[in-house]
Amino acid sequence: MPDSATLEIEVQADVADTDEPLVAEELLVEEISIDGMCGVY
Amino acid sequence: MTVPLLPGPLPLVEHFERGLAAPICLTWELTYACNLSCVHCLSSSGRRDPRELTTAEAAALIDEFERMQVFYVNIGGGEPTVRPDFWDLVDYAVDRRVGVKFSTNGIKITPEVARRLAGSDYVDVQISLDGATQPVNDAVRGPGSYRTAMRAMRALADAGFVGFKLSVVVTRQNASQLDDFAALAAEYGAQLRLTRLRPAGRGASVWHELRPTREQQRAVYDWLISHGENVLTGDSFFHLGGYGQGLPGLNMCGAGRVVCLIDPVGDVYACPFAIHDSFLAGNVRSDGGFARVWRESELFATLRGPQSGGACTSCSAYDACRGGCMAAKFFTGLPLDGPDPECVLGHGEALLERAAASQVAPPRPSPDHSHRTGPVPVTIGKRPSRACDESPLAGFTAR
Amino acid sequence: MSTNFQLDSPWCLDERVAVRPEPFGALLYNYGNRRLSFLKDPTVLTVVRSLADHPTARSACESAGVSTQAMPAYERALSTLARSAMIRERDGRG
Repeated sequence: MPDSATLEIEVQADVADTDEPLVAEELLVEEISIDGMCGVY
Repeated sequence: MTVPLLPGPLPLVEHFERGLAAPICLTWELTYACNLSCVHCLSSSGRRDPRELTTAEAAALIDEFERMQVFYVNIGGGEPTVRPDFWDLVDYAVDRRVGVKFSTNGIKITPEVARRLAGSDYVDVQISLDGATQPVNDAVRGPGSYRTAMRAMRALADAGFVGFKLSVVVTRQNASQLDDFAALAAEYGAQLRLTRLRPAGRGASVWHELRPTREQQRAVYDWLISHGENVLTGDSFFHLGGYGQGLPGLNMCGAGRVVCLIDPVGDVYACPFAIHDSFLAGNVRSDGGFARVWRESELFATLRGPQSGGACTSCSAYDACRGGCMAAKFFTGLPLDGPDPECVLGHGEALLERAAASQVAPPRPSPDHSHRTGPVPVTIGKRPSRACDESPLAGFTAR
Repeated sequence: MSTNFQLDSPWCLDERVAVRPEPFGALLYNYGNRRLSFLKDPTVLTVVRSLADHPTARSACESAGVSTQAMPAYERALSTLARSAMIRERDGRG
C-alpha cells in the first residue's frame, strides 16, 4: 500500500467518491506503466 | 469528479483529448506472413501481402519514429521474425534509441538469438501463448505451437533475459488456468500479461465460443485485482472497471489518442483491434508520412474530441468503464455510443441478442490474409465423453 | 537509492531517461526500468531539466519560479520521480 510520503498514483477514470474533499490537488507527476494503454499488442 | 479551487493540472485522461505530439505506444505490424494460423488472429494473418513496406520504407518509418521521439514501438504481425530484414530493422531502431518490443510465437528465438537480445535495454520480447497446457494452447494456435513457445522461453531464460513478456489472450478455455500461467511466467523469469479477446480479425468468427462466460469474467477481474501491478494487461480490461475498483492503467480507450497501428502495407488504423476502413486514418506512404497522419487525420481528430457516452451516460458505472471497447462494439454490430458487448452490468447482452436476431451481419474485419487452407482445423468434439468432463476443451470446436 | 526525497540535496535526470515535451508538460520514459511518467505542468519540466545545473532541487524549483506555497507539491512530484528512478542524486561535488 502506498504511504503518504511517497505516493504513486494509478490513474483511473473518475469514480464517484463521496468521501473525497471538494478541493483535490491534482498531482503534478503521475506514473503509468508503459503497458498501461489500451490498443496495444 | 473533484473540482479544484485554483486552476492547476488536469486529470490525466483530459490531457489526451488535446492530442499528443506522438503516440505513447505504437503497434507496427511488420508483415501479414505467419507460420501459424491461430483461430482468433486479430489481424487475419497468414499470407504476406505483395504491397508490404520495403526495407527502405521501414527504415524511413523508423527515422520518423526517431524524429517524433517515439519511446518504443510494439512490433508484431503476422509473425514479424519471418521477415528476412527483421533483425536489421530492430538494430536500426535501437541504434536510433527507438525501443522495440516485438511479439512473437517464438519460432526464431534460438539460444543464440536470445543471448543477443538479452543484453539490450532497448529490446523487449513478448511470447504469445493461449494455454498453460499443450492441448488448450494448440487447440487455438495449432499443433506444435506450445512446444515452440516453450522452447523460446527456455532460450530466453537461459540467456538471462529477465522480464520478457508472456502474453495470453483470456478465453473460455484457458480462464481456469490463470494460476498456471503465473507459475509458468515465474518459472521462466517472465512477466505475465493477460489480455482481452476482442472480436477482431479471425476472432470475429470464434468470439462467441471463445469469449469468457460472465462468471469467468468476474473471476478474471478478481484475479487481476489480487495480482495488482505484477500482471500486465495492456489496459485491455478497462471495461471491467464497472465492477468497482479500477485496474491499473489509464482505463480508457487509447485508439487514435495515445496509440495507433501501422499495418504491413503502411495503413494507419486507430488501433490493432480495429482493422477496418471505418478506423483507417491514412497511409504512411502519403505526403507527410506517418507524422502527418498522426497529427492531421480527420479520424483521429474526431476520436480526440469529446466523446458522447450516448446510452451509457446515465449509468452509474460509466465514469469507470467509459462505455468499453470501441472495436468490441463495432465488430459485434453494436452502436458505438452504447454499452460494450461484455458490459459487466449486462447491458450489452440484450443488444447482442437483438443483433443476432436481426440477421443483419456485423461489419466484417478487413482485409483477410489468412492462409488459404483456413484456420487451425482442430476438432475437439462436441460432446464430452462423460457428463462431468473436466477438460476445459469439452465441447469446443475450432472452425 | 534514496527512499526519502531530499529537496536540499543535488539531483539530476537519470541518463537512461528520455524526455519528450508535450502541450501539457512532458513525458518521461526510463529505458532501464521501462517506467513512464507524465509531467502535467511545464514548470515541473523546467525544474527537472535544470536539476543538474543547481546545487539543490530546492534552488532549481525557486529558479523556475516555484513559490513557497507551491513547494510541497513540487517536492511530492520530485519524490515520485525519484522513486521510479527518473531522477537520481548527484554525487557530492555538485
